[in-house]
Amino acid sequence: MVKDRVIGMIRTGKPLLASIAMAIGAAGLSVPAMAQRDPAYAKARAAGQVGEKMDGYLGVVGAPTPALTAIVNDINIKRRALYTDKAQAAHATIEEYAFAAGCQAILATSPGEKYQAPDGNWKTRTSAAPERDPRCPS
Amino acid sequence: MTGQVSTSCGSGAGGWSKPRRAALTGKGAVAAAAGLATLALSGCITVKAPEKPIVIELNVNIRQEVIYRLAKDAGNTVEQNKDIF
Repeated sequence: MVKDRVIGMIRTGKPLLASIAMAIGAAGLSVPAMAQRDPAYAKARAAGQVGEKMDGYLGVVGAPTPALTAIVNDINIKRRALYTDKAQAAHATIEEYAFAAGCQAILATSPGEKYQAPDGNWKTRTSAAPERDPRCPS
Repeated sequence: MTGQVSTSCGSGAGGWSKPRRAALTGKGAVAAAAGLATLALSGCITVKAPEKPIVIELNVNIRQEVIYRLAKDAGNTVEQNKDIF
């Protein structure tokens, strides 16, 4: 993709150095600025205050506090934006894509973290496989 | 909510419209007469609509296929966006 962009700019007659600089700049921007969880989110997750729901979104486990609700909403807004893009690319609905991501997100939980079981209750992940919806691929 | 009841009886002519009857000739008329005779013999046919609305759960089967198809893509998405998962 970067190579295509460089070639494209050379063809449009822009100086080569400027093209390379722009390509590097674009590539630099495409690297996620935050590859790690926000500390507050990581802490709430580890403490089992938030958990992975079956629908692909995060949920507050137990009594919600304004701080936990804020964390969950922030993450879920970002997830929904991501699901929307990915679902469109995969010719699926946002709900379908979110559900498929939920299957994977529950599978990816670490022992001690919370996830929603098919009966709707919150479960604590152990070293054993999580209880997932039968529609989730193994 | 009560179910709707629709009754059709073999002896009455109420079930047949006039143009339909006029169109019946030859073999068709014989077949229709046989049909009417059967209805007359068996009496009334009562069709009762169910009390509850009929819901066809297509969603379940469709989704399982779709979720299966999306599994790898969704797995990559979760893996590549560790900040929000």
